[in-house]
Amino acid sequence: MRSIIDIVDLSEEELRMLMAVALDIIDRPNAYEESCRHRKLATMFFEPSTRTRLSFEAAMYELGGNVISVSSSDSSSAAKGESVADTVRTVSCYADIIAMRHPKEGAALVAANSATVPVINAGDGGHNHPTQTLADLFTIFREKGRMENLTIGLCGDLKFGRTVHSLINAMSRYKGVKFVLISPEELKVPSYVKKDVIQKNTIPYVQTTDLLSYMSELDVLYMTRVQRERFFNEEDYLRLKDSYILTPQKLRGAKPTLSILHPLPRVNEISVAVDADPRACYFKQVENGKYMRMALILKLLKEAGTI
Amino acid sequence: MNIDAIRDGIVIDHITAGRGMRVYELLHLDELDCSVAIIKNVSSRKMGRKDIIKVDADIPLDLNVIGFVDPGATVNVIRHGERAEKLTMDMPEQLCNVIFCKNPRCITTTEQELDHVFRLTDREHKVYRCLYCETKAELS
Repeated sequence: MRSIIDIVDLSEEELRMLMAVALDIIDRPNAYEESCRHRKLATMFFEPSTRTRLSFEAAMYELGGNVISVSSSDSSSAAKGESVADTVRTVSCYADIIAMRHPKEGAALVAANSATVPVINAGDGGHNHPTQTLADLFTIFREKGRMENLTIGLCGDLKFGRTVHSLINAMSRYKGVKFVLISPEELKVPSYVKKDVIQKNTIPYVQTTDLLSYMSELDVLYMTRVQRERFFNEEDYLRLKDSYILTPQKLRGAKPTLSILHPLPRVNEISVAVDADPRACYFKQVENGKYMRMALILKLLKEAGTI
Repeated sequence: MNIDAIRDGIVIDHITAGRGMRVYELLHLDELDCSVAIIKNVSSRKMGRKDIIKVDADIPLDLNVIGFVDPGATVNVIRHGERAEKLTMDMPEQLCNVIFCKNPRCITTTEQELDHVFRLTDREHKVYRCLYCETKAELS
């Protein structure tokens, strides 16, 4: 049974196909509105989430399917101490596909190993969040018209930011990509991501603490939030949370073709004044995420022989 | 020091000096009823010093454990006082319940009876990562 736990579970060709399907869904939504009729998606969210859960649910409804839901660990049998493996095995009896978010790293793999239907990882702690990366990649593709020859700045929490790691992983497959890694010292990209992904693929990169120093070179600026829930220590969080705030003034030296992305939700790391800038793409990114989730649900249900 | 020759059993030889106890612990040799000898700092022409473990019973061994702790070690199976087999070790691609994930955010900390699985991700630098959270194993 095919599940998607990590963005690298999808080949470059599969990513291309998913983006092609997503574009077709945008062009011909009516052609897909009955694709998942009488099929059920279970959204199991053991950690707070608004947009990802709603995005999955909207995606399934737009495909003509239905949704059953676990909205928090407090309201599920997990509160009684049931294992992820048992919970997912049970839910497999009710649903045709599962989207799961869980605070523990690796929970999605445990789920996939015990489910009898496809599992989509909707975020496992600070580890992976492949459908966010699908949204990011599709946004880059729609905005730039290509995946190659791009200088991508990643800014903020590059240590705990799971979307950052997944995006680096995914973009490392394309030719001519360069990374500018902008973060405070304490939130730098983990050495294993640098070593196993960036250096292994001999991708040029720079690390800096200064947001402005490479602004003029960037084709894409991927901003991230410093996430309170990833810190054990509140003091560290408070010290680092306002490290980088993007304002219209800071964008003065940027290319007119820059695309500003953010996985959302933002707290204050992008000033609201930036929203009016045509280079701001983060709300388009939300919509793109829904289309890619639709394409992914279709793909996995087709592969499972369910539709 | 006098240690009797083994008639039927196992001799783990060429253990890097100092790692004998780690091999002993990870193979759970303390749980055996038979005689077990750990010989430390034995002179060796090839290695200078080495550790040796002798087990006076032909028990099944998890060779992956030895390959993980000390890929240079050799395992000699003794039957009727003669060496019946000599096995050389290699770093295993995967370890199951040999080492444990120390990442407090890992699913292995909460999931009941979940095997702790580590995969070899970098043979050159002997890096094992948790199958679930990809945290690098702390090797001692």
